[in-house]
Amino acid sequence: MPYWGADEAVAELRRALANRHAQADRLRYRGVLLRVIRCMARGVDVSGLLPEMAKASATADPVQKKLVSLYMCSYAPRQPGLALLAINTLRKDCSDPSPVLRGLALRSLCNLRMPGIQEYIQQPILNGLRDKASYVRRVAVLGAAKMQKLQGDAEVDGVLVNELYSLLRDQDPIVVVNCLRALEEILRREGGVVINKPIAHHLLKRMSDLDQWGQSEVLAFLLRYKPRSEEELFDILSLLDEYLKSSSPSVVMAATKLFLVLAKDFPQVQIDVLIRVKGPLLAACTSESRELCFTALCHVRQILGSLPGHFSSHYKKFFCSYSEPHYIKCQKMQVLCELVNDENVQQVLEELKSYCTDVSAELAQAAIFSIGSIARTYTEQCVRILTELLGLKQEHIISAVVQAFRDLVWLCPQCTEAVCQALPGCEETMQDSEGKQALIWLLGVHGERVANAPYVLEDFVENVKSEMFPAVKMELLTALVRLFLFRPAECQDILGRLLYYCIEEETEMVVRDRGLFYYRLLQAGVEEAKRVLCSPKSEPSLGLLADQTEQPVNNWASEFNTLVPVYGKACWTVVTANWATEPHFRGFPCAPPVTAGTESLILAGNKEVLQVHSDVGGLTLIPRANLTAEEFEKTWLSLDVSCQQVLPWHGAAQPDTIQAALQVVHIQTIALSKAGAQPWKAYLSAQDESGCLFLAELLLEAESSEMQVSVKQSEERTEALQLFISVLRTVMGTILGLKS
Amino acid sequence: MLSQIFILSSKGDRLVYKDLRGEAAGSSMDLTDTFYRKITALPRDQAPVFMVHEGLHFVHVRHAGLYFVATTGHNISPFTIIEFLNRLVTLIHDYCGALSEKTISLNFALIYEMLDEMLDYGYVQTTAPDVLRNFIQMEPVLSKAFSLLDLGSVGLFGAETQQSKVAPSSATSRPVLPPHGDQGARNEVFLDIVERLTVVIAANGTPMKVDIQGEIRLKSYLPSCPEMRIGLTEEFCVGKSELRGYGTAVRVDECAFHSSVKLDEFESARVLKVNPSQGELPVMQYQLSDDIPSALPFHLFPMLERDPLGRLCVYLKLRCDLAPKSQALNVRVQLPVPKGVISLSQELSSPEQTAELQPSTKAIRWVIPRFQGGSQLSALFKLEIPGLSPASLLEVGPVNMSFELPMHTCSGLQVRFLRITAPSPALPHRWVRYVTHSDSYAICL
Repeated sequence: MPYWGADEAVAELRRALANRHAQADRLRYRGVLLRVIRCMARGVDVSGLLPEMAKASATADPVQKKLVSLYMCSYAPRQPGLALLAINTLRKDCSDPSPVLRGLALRSLCNLRMPGIQEYIQQPILNGLRDKASYVRRVAVLGAAKMQKLQGDAEVDGVLVNELYSLLRDQDPIVVVNCLRALEEILRREGGVVINKPIAHHLLKRMSDLDQWGQSEVLAFLLRYKPRSEEELFDILSLLDEYLKSSSPSVVMAATKLFLVLAKDFPQVQIDVLIRVKGPLLAACTSESRELCFTALCHVRQILGSLPGHFSSHYKKFFCSYSEPHYIKCQKMQVLCELVNDENVQQVLEELKSYCTDVSAELAQAAIFSIGSIARTYTEQCVRILTELLGLKQEHIISAVVQAFRDLVWLCPQCTEAVCQALPGCEETMQDSEGKQALIWLLGVHGERVANAPYVLEDFVENVKSEMFPAVKMELLTALVRLFLFRPAECQDILGRLLYYCIEEETEMVVRDRGLFYYRLLQAGVEEAKRVLCSPKSEPSLGLLADQTEQPVNNWASEFNTLVPVYGKACWTVVTANWATEPHFRGFPCAPPVTAGTESLILAGNKEVLQVHSDVGGLTLIPRANLTAEEFEKTWLSLDVSCQQVLPWHGAAQPDTIQAALQVVHIQTIALSKAGAQPWKAYLSAQDESGCLFLAELLLEAESSEMQVSVKQSEERTEALQLFISVLRTVMGTILGLKS
Repeated sequence: MLSQIFILSSKGDRLVYKDLRGEAAGSSMDLTDTFYRKITALPRDQAPVFMVHEGLHFVHVRHAGLYFVATTGHNISPFTIIEFLNRLVTLIHDYCGALSEKTISLNFALIYEMLDEMLDYGYVQTTAPDVLRNFIQMEPVLSKAFSLLDLGSVGLFGAETQQSKVAPSSATSRPVLPPHGDQGARNEVFLDIVERLTVVIAANGTPMKVDIQGEIRLKSYLPSCPEMRIGLTEEFCVGKSELRGYGTAVRVDECAFHSSVKLDEFESARVLKVNPSQGELPVMQYQLSDDIPSALPFHLFPMLERDPLGRLCVYLKLRCDLAPKSQALNVRVQLPVPKGVISLSQELSSPEQTAELQPSTKAIRWVIPRFQGGSQLSALFKLEIPGLSPASLLEVGPVNMSFELPMHTCSGLQVRFLRITAPSPALPHRWVRYVTHSDSYAICL
């Protein structure tokens, strides 16, 4: 089908839809509609059938109605005029005696998402909110949220909001939850739905009527409520106690998070909760669903960051199974590294050792690095295991072991002797650059203890011409110079050859420069070179830094049961750094990252012009005053507009150029619309030396020749404000100049 | 809230796609393609379950080779998304029968209808089968092959028939919810006690880790929901401290019940009461580790030596310690061997067994279709390995086994009775089935 010409397919379907015989036979007609939907699902453009489909919506058959509404949702926005035909039928259905049909029609109506639909759906939604069937009320409540979104920036309808607040007391639990969701969306600008004391207690009372989805969502909404007194807090916690035992992991986790957040001043309560949730979490870690298992493991690691001994007695639960996918095994190994203690170290190492010979090279290496990190505490045992592994003569294993050794001797100098004895022979099978660098480094720093060190390095020097990686060559240079200082007689000749090669023949400039540097350093005398190169060989105190200090639970309580632990904190920061998901900026999907290409749009000359302006007349904007989108939103909402200005502009905005230009003058772009969006908006922030924050909104209406700028300031300083605006004006002027 | 939901085949073909909030930037094809490109090009050190692309999080679960994907732009609970996707999979399974690319594409309209009722504007409305039943009008299309083949397997209740190739736990792969107007035809209830066994045995034969994940699943085909009483072994106890009776007690470390299970008679008589709706219901889940009442099902006695020709000889003796009447099915033994291996010669103790060297994983795979309790099998493998060193012996092992034990629970949990209290026109057929399966039974050499 997909390879069949789409036009032919559409023409054929149109004939089938118009066929009177088919129209008379309900089942046959349904078959034709199914074919239309199938084409649509596969990505064939069947928008041409809209008139026929609009006609087909006038039917008593509920299945046919559903099929048509599926079609309408996708194509109505493209041909609003024709879709009006279907709207009339749907509006009629909204007053059908059957509640199922009423609900269905109302949902289809609200899903049409075409401009100008609001006037048609407003009345049906208001009627729906007062419908006697709960099914219709559920649809209507969410319909109100959909309508608000279609209206965009329009004023929030106070009457509607009040009606929704009163529906929080509805009989039907799904209506209640839907009301929370709808209010949250409608009131996003004001910070979402307000959970005051009566509402919070009402929701707590209704919790038992809800299904698992409702429960976990209400638990999330309750995070907003701040109990007035300690007594009230503990009342709430005891009411919620049973949800820690729920059979649904999502309810358990939502409840745990609520406990952790509410009890932020009671560390003992937090620890009790984490102990109680251990069982469900372990069950999820061994669940049949791998995806659930993965999510749970990520959260286990989060907890271990604060309570290292928390899962130690259950270490066996984290042993890998043969059939598990790679990503779960890796997570489990990391958990094992973190929970190791005196009692289980033997078994854990035994288990990790068996992974080192795994078929998958990545997994084997990950296991070796895990043993390497346990070695910081249990050095002797681990070094013995690692040395044994060298006997396997497997390339990837040796490379990983040597890298683990390198990282280890730096932190645990007591194992240097054992490591040095294990090194001879490793060079024979070493192929990859990482492994070579580690080996060369070890030979350079601890070469005086390895008998054949100069000869191993000599082999590397012989083959230096065919070496691919500059990093290996640099490592080799450093190592050989270091070794020369200790064993001059054996190394002098080799070093001479290497320096000659690096200076005379090497094409890689980094390596050449490094070679020259060492050459000149040696010219300055051996004593001088020693002073520069022979720094301490190990730094055990770094171990304390490398070991993660235990974080307090409150550091991550608000991130529990979100996507943060799943991606990992560091990765999450990267992921969210260049886009704003904050509610305020929804609708402008995301700021495209600045690509290298756009940077060049701003010519060097212009850059200088901008640079000069960035610290004009006493205003110096500091670079990297990074404000997160969240902080930005909070500050933006709390401040009043200090100044509104209009800048000349023409044509469409080019987000990349603007972002890059603002970067030059140290104005940070928090969020901006995609190119061509109408209206186009951007949110900016900057900070000056005195710590005064400037927040700005750029607004470009469609077809307008002016850009509106609103600036807010954290401290009232008119002079600085004027200067900031002049900087902004210069930047925009420069960009405009570039364009024309 | 979710933004889109879609189902892709293992080859990346789009089977079902629904934009829930009208937020899709660009065409819908782009989105599914982006997902598939990302998942196939993912570096191995990154976990695939959660991925992010331009502000949109892709969350997926895999079942039967298909990708069930949800997207969201918000930082919402990962547990909820995963649990919802798993629930969606179960429901599709309940409605349409065994999952496959074919079932999904035959029933795509039904799945759209289900999604319509389950999610509105990206928010979960309901997933209860008995509620959904009232709103879903389309009928499932069953694929042809299914009705012929699977009728045969429906009768396979553990030891009742000899040809139990299909795992009893998956015997009911037909849809639970019958087409309209076809009610009463299947008046059956299945109660499955399924246990998953994970074992690690140290080189000296002592168990290092024994872990049982058990579940009691009720699969009801009954249209109405009378109250059902499930009686468990009377000496059933939970937790370490609570030991009653003498020796015969069945103990689990922890158990959790479905929220619809009534437990008022559980303390006194170990009876669970439940009003099941049509479909599958996980009545109870339990776990037990380390201390299990019965002996482990398999013991391995390995011997490694070098023969005069310099080959490595691996002699494996495998004993099945089940009761003589029971048996293990589909036993697969996987033995990793040194990477340098070039050829394998084998001697197996009976003709129905097979063994082969898998070149990709460098492991011997020994398959035993049926293994009677109390019996013993042996295999001798001679491996040609050039440059065999003592160190490469470290590469042999650990052995991993996977198998199924029909009519057997390792925890010893039994169902005493399954009664349906409400008067019903015809007494439904009730089936209680037990199965233990393991895909990770590792033995160190």
